[in-house]
Amino acid sequence: MRAKVIVTPKAAVLDPQGAAVRDAIRQLGMRDVKSVRIGKYLEIELSADGGETKIRLEQLCRDLLSNPVIEDYQLITE
Amino acid sequence: MKFAVIQFPGSNCDQDCLRAINSLPGLRAEYVWHKENSLSGFDAVVLPGGFAYGDYLRCGAIARFSPIMSEVVRAANDGRLVLGTCNGFQVLCEAGLLPGALVRNRALRFVCEMTRLRVEVEDSAFTRGCARGSILRLPIAHGEGCYFADQKTLRELNGNNQVILRYCDETGAATPESNPNGSVENIAGICNRAGNVFGLMPHPDRAFDGRLGSCDGAKIFLSMAETITAGERRVAA
Repeated sequence: MRAKVIVTPKAAVLDPQGAAVRDAIRQLGMRDVKSVRIGKYLEIELSADGGETKIRLEQLCRDLLSNPVIEDYQLITE
Repeated sequence: MKFAVIQFPGSNCDQDCLRAINSLPGLRAEYVWHKENSLSGFDAVVLPGGFAYGDYLRCGAIARFSPIMSEVVRAANDGRLVLGTCNGFQVLCEAGLLPGALVRNRALRFVCEMTRLRVEVEDSAFTRGCARGSILRLPIAHGEGCYFADQKTLRELNGNNQVILRYCDETGAATPESNPNGSVENIAGICNRAGNVFGLMPHPDRAFDGRLGSCDGAKIFLSMAETITAGERRVAA
């Protein structure tokens, strides 16, 4: 199984990095860019499969890969 | 009185903490490697600053799973005093021993400077003898020290007197200009609901001798010692 995890800062959390990149994009002439949020992307390769692995991955996302206080995550398995 | 200074791979203020504590009368500190699984014999626990596990993923995210951390959690739940400075504060938040999180400084710059901190709670286990409203001078050195908590958590922190220190100016006012990293409500240090776990971004370990520019850090360690002596917190098991 392969898993992809996308971690993004929660809406209520300031993302100064994203704001700096947004400003840079505007300076490059793309004035209609409204916001940029910067997160993390992880690719995980597993030798296991099935529902239980997916449950464990979900738990991993909550416990280690993201901090629920400041981040949301999206888990995609294939 | 024995303090444990936890060493994670990447801790770099462990020596500062050891030296600061050992310089104070009646206090003794020893290192405890993060792979150990006992804190028996220690009256208090200190998580030092640095970059545990290189700050990979998030500051403190991997360190919280070190074997010693289950003992740190147990010590905290038993009522022993636990202090986290800088990276140690980040580890305590990741471990769920303190609410909220530390995120990237608002200005995206690593800040390394002396700060003024207003004492908000004078009878805390960590600020005995510091009057409410008095100002401590402690240095900071961090890139990710912007304290964040949601509104509900902030209300609880304020309502339960858990905010111990706020960044302030020379008059004691917590202004935006005196906030070095964008922390919400100028929060520099908080304790848990029970009052025995304290995390702060400033470094008391770098301010225990006049030659370092401030002795105010010593007040925190001495306050912990006084609290333990007074028997208000459980001593070594």
